[in-house]
Amino acid sequence: MSWILAIGFLVLAPLLGGLLEGADRVLCARMQGRQGPPLLQPFYDMFKLIQKQSVVVNNVQDVLVCGFLIFVVFAGLLFFWGGDILLVFFALTLAEIFFIMSSCSANSPYSSMGAQRELLQNMAYEPMILLTAIGFYLAANTFNVNEIAVASVPAIVYLPGIFIGYVFILVIKFRKSPFDLSTSHHAHQEMVRGLTTELSGNVLAIVSLAEWYENILLISILGLFFLNGTLWSVLAAVLGCGIAYFVVVLADNVFPRVKWDAMIKSTWIVTLVAGGINLMIMELLTR
Amino acid sequence: MKVSKSPWMLHYDGSSCNGCDIEVLACTMPRYDVERFGVINTGNPKHADILLITGGINAQNKPVVEQIYSQMPQPKVVVAVGICACNGGVFKDCYNILGGVDTVLPVDIYVPGCAAKPEAIIDGVIQAVALLDEKRKSVREDKKEAGQ
Ligand code: SF4
Repeated sequence: MSWILAIGFLVLAPLLGGLLEGADRVLCARMQGRQGPPLLQPFYDMFKLIQKQSVVVNNVQDVLVCGFLIFVVFAGLLFFWGGDILLVFFALTLAEIFFIMSSCSANSPYSSMGAQRELLQNMAYEPMILLTAIGFYLAANTFNVNEIAVASVPAIVYLPGIFIGYVFILVIKFRKSPFDLSTSHHAHQEMVRGLTTELSGNVLAIVSLAEWYENILLISILGLFFLNGTLWSVLAAVLGCGIAYFVVVLADNVFPRVKWDAMIKSTWIVTLVAGGINLMIMELLTR
Repeated sequence: MKVSKSPWMLHYDGSSCNGCDIEVLACTMPRYDVERFGVINTGNPKHADILLITGGINAQNKPVVEQIYSQMPQPKVVVAVGICACNGGVFKDCYNILGGVDTVLPVDIYVPGCAAKPEAIIDGVIQAVALLDEKRKSVREDKKEAGQ
């Protein structure tokens, strides 16, 4: 069964990821009083990029970008196969490092600024990611995704604070807010797209493909909070993810001009308050 | 799938009076919303398909414009917005103005007006987009010929 899920992820995640981004762009446009692009616009963009000439800055960069894609896909496969959630997060971080290295390798000031901001961003959300993994362990007594998914009580019952913290960092992980981060999806001019400044054509297409995989993985981890092995919990997970995604898009549009220093402060406060208190209460209750 | 389905635009302000620039930005706002056609106002020449220039060319911005154009990957089109970008306009006889954009770049679409109306700019962009597909075809044919 878990093999089927893993293969399903491999095949369907790009489709779902593209649709998610399309829906996101339409939703954003509607929130701003615009009509917005067609739902399938991300796919048009992808095919356009594949057809464009690709200006290669150096060969290392392309290899590193491929590494980014491979490790994101690996993390996703591991998750859907039902592996260790800690390992999933580590693989995801490794993928991120490939991406950062790729932009460091280009000899462009905007690229390296993008890489630095990406590191800052990692510093901001990584504690929350670790707390999420620890929270799952305390709730289900295992790091194994398969076992967490069939726990008798869904994890969100024990981990409401961690859930809130995780949704909070999703705003950063989906590259929405702050607008001046490494490569924000909506501020197309800020830092000349930072991390992707020197990428063009099909290499850029690989980056968006990897991001589609990553987004689907991140949102599936969100769904894991709701699962307890029954069918209704799957429905609850889909509904919960939808609502959380809407909240993320709304937050991005309500606070469109958050800067990176505000991000670091607020993320750590949320991590400490929501995540920390949640863990403390759990410790007290389970003792 | 056509290239024209996803035209990403790079806006460069030459020596314009900013009148045309405001109209270009108005195109991306709710009233005209060029994102309906998938247009993204990018800031990166390496991601751009359309180079949209307002204002004429002067001695200082000539190398800048040339460099931006050379950094854009094929296929690409150039749109000159406003009469200044078309032939120098009211600034034509100034000592520092070399002329319209076509003095340095091969301009594909001219959008006249002072300032160019958003409707005219969108019309120009749509025509540019149609050209993208043709250029894509000719790039392919060139490649084929080179292969034979
Ligand atoms: S065409 Fe008119 S509005 Fe546009 S830049 Fe020239 S002077 Fe300004």
